[in-house]
Amino acid sequence: MRRDVFQAIADPTRREIINLVAYKALNLNAIAENFDVSRPAISQHIKILTECGLIVIRKQGRERYCEARLQPLSAVSAWVEQYRKLWAERFELIDDLLIEMQKKGRKKGGRK
Amino acid sequence: MATKNPTTIVAEPGKQETFITREFEAPRELVFKAFTDPKLVSKWLGPRDLKMKIDKYETKNGGNYRYIHADGQGNEYSFRGVFHEVKAPERYIQTFEFEGLPESGHVCLETVTFEALPGDRTKLTYHTVFQSVADRDAMMQSGMENGVLQSHERLDELFEQELVK
Repeated sequence: MRRDVFQAIADPTRREIINLVAYKALNLNAIAENFDVSRPAISQHIKILTECGLIVIRKQGRERYCEARLQPLSAVSAWVEQYRKLWAERFELIDDLLIEMQKKGRKKGGRK
Repeated sequence: MATKNPTTIVAEPGKQETFITREFEAPRELVFKAFTDPKLVSKWLGPRDLKMKIDKYETKNGGNYRYIHADGQGNEYSFRGVFHEVKAPERYIQTFEFEGLPESGHVCLETVTFEALPGDRTKLTYHTVFQSVADRDAMMQSGMENGVLQSHERLDELFEQELVK
């Protein structure tokens, strides 16, 4: 299975977990309290998030705290930006084309 | 005149759709034509370094389309789909599939809407629904690889043209 930032944020529960720990490191119990799903399910989501590099587990005494590492999220915006650029370029070609078409349209007897 | 209206993309994490919007400085009939007339489509759809061959492009309800991007080394990338509805000049709906995937059936549904704005301008909305989040993300990532390579070349050319003017 893919383990990258895109996999991490593909699931709504995982996005919610990231939101929770972004403000404050929390242990598993504290995170699980916020959800209706089972604790093992939350535990599995946290495991995926650690594998994707968005959460690190820090041990403090007996407790294990989940801390957010948000830097990888910037890859998502960079990635959307590249896709946007691809389309932006196509649209610029269409701009040129439309200018040409309008010029032709103005000339009487121009090719339709 | 070099108009550069902003291109916006909405691709929310975890969803299997994208919305692309853009305005054009031309009346809707013309923009619709640029998007649906195969002779015109071939001028903008293909990546610059690849040759675009149109196999068929039947812009009508139930019409098929298929086109191929070919590089000089014998590699070909083909795409095909069906026009579900062509309602000039306001909308067309088509399926879209990249034939080069390891398995067939990863089809998306694209609804392309042209809205007439005051002053002979047009707003385009390009809505794509993929079969899964993974399909969408894979498509956007492949676009990224293409986009990076070409954007630099095209920008260079654009700058050159601007300088000559």
